[in-house]
Amino acid sequence: MLILECPYCGVHAEETELHAGGEAHLKRFGPGSSDDDFENYLFMRENPKGVHFERWRHVNGCGKWFHAARCTMTLEVFGTYSAQTTEPPKDICDKISAKRPGWSWRNFS
Amino acid sequence: MSNAVTALNGAKSTGYVTVKEAPLTGMITLRGTFASKGFAKMVKSVFGTDIPEQRKVSKGPEATVLWMSPDELMVVCDYAAAQDLVAKATAQLGDEHALVVNVSDARAVFTLSGAQLREVIAKEAPVDMSQFEMGEVRRTRFAQIAAAFWLEAEDHARIICFRSFAEYMFNLLKNASQPGYEVGGW
Ligand SMILES: [Zn+2]
Repeated sequence: MLILECPYCGVHAEETELHAGGEAHLKRFGPGSSDDDFENYLFMRENPKGVHFERWRHVNGCGKWFHAARCTMTLEVFGTYSAQTTEPPKDICDKISAKRPGWSWRNFS
Repeated sequence: MSNAVTALNGAKSTGYVTVKEAPLTGMITLRGTFASKGFAKMVKSVFGTDIPEQRKVSKGPEATVLWMSPDELMVVCDYAAAQDLVAKATAQLGDEHALVVNVSDARAVFTLSGAQLREVIAKEAPVDMSQFEMGEVRRTRFAQIAAAFWLEAEDHARIICFRSFAEYMFNLLKNASQPGYEVGGW
């Protein structure tokens, strides 16, 4: 069972109170972008065994979207953070580095 | 003026916890920037209480204010007073970027009474009821539907859900509280 702390209401929400929103920190490529960028934006996703960043929504709760950093293999949660950011905050990255030295995910490490 | 009725005409079940559909209840959704002076002032002067802290309930003389999200409050008040309060709040907000809506007829309200009500809630919602405190409000799900609840006393809880789910909610609570199905958690 996955339990994530919603950064907006502080509830330690069990997975069934949440809705998974897919990969985090996607950069949108829309009209006018190259075919490659557009294809990457639409279809290409990470599928890591280990550190992963995702979007979640506290759907049966305060209703807000937020970010979560977790390990797909152990279900360990490194932390959750605001949706109003384009990259994981430093304290979360530091926490991951302490537990998974040498990790990388897209262009973050 | 139409004759307003509740969804289930005050349905009641007396199991090991008593489940009742509450009489017509006034409910007002407020959305706005809590940090904005104008918004906070309006809440204070119209509803007689401060904006509650995160996940808390604050009580004025004629209204209870529930913290629903970082930009949403729910006011619970007398059914007949709701429309008036909405008008007052709207007028006072002026140009403030905010929303005030009377949702009284869009929601159903249930009460649970009995010493073991924490157990009945724990059967339906993924909430650690051993940690749940008086003065706290929790939005969650009851089985498959969204709901919010808070305790008015140790043996008295109030639950709000969408009106269209009233029958589902009532049957759910009735089933969970039927005599002989006590777990003995509380
Ligand atoms: Zn939340």
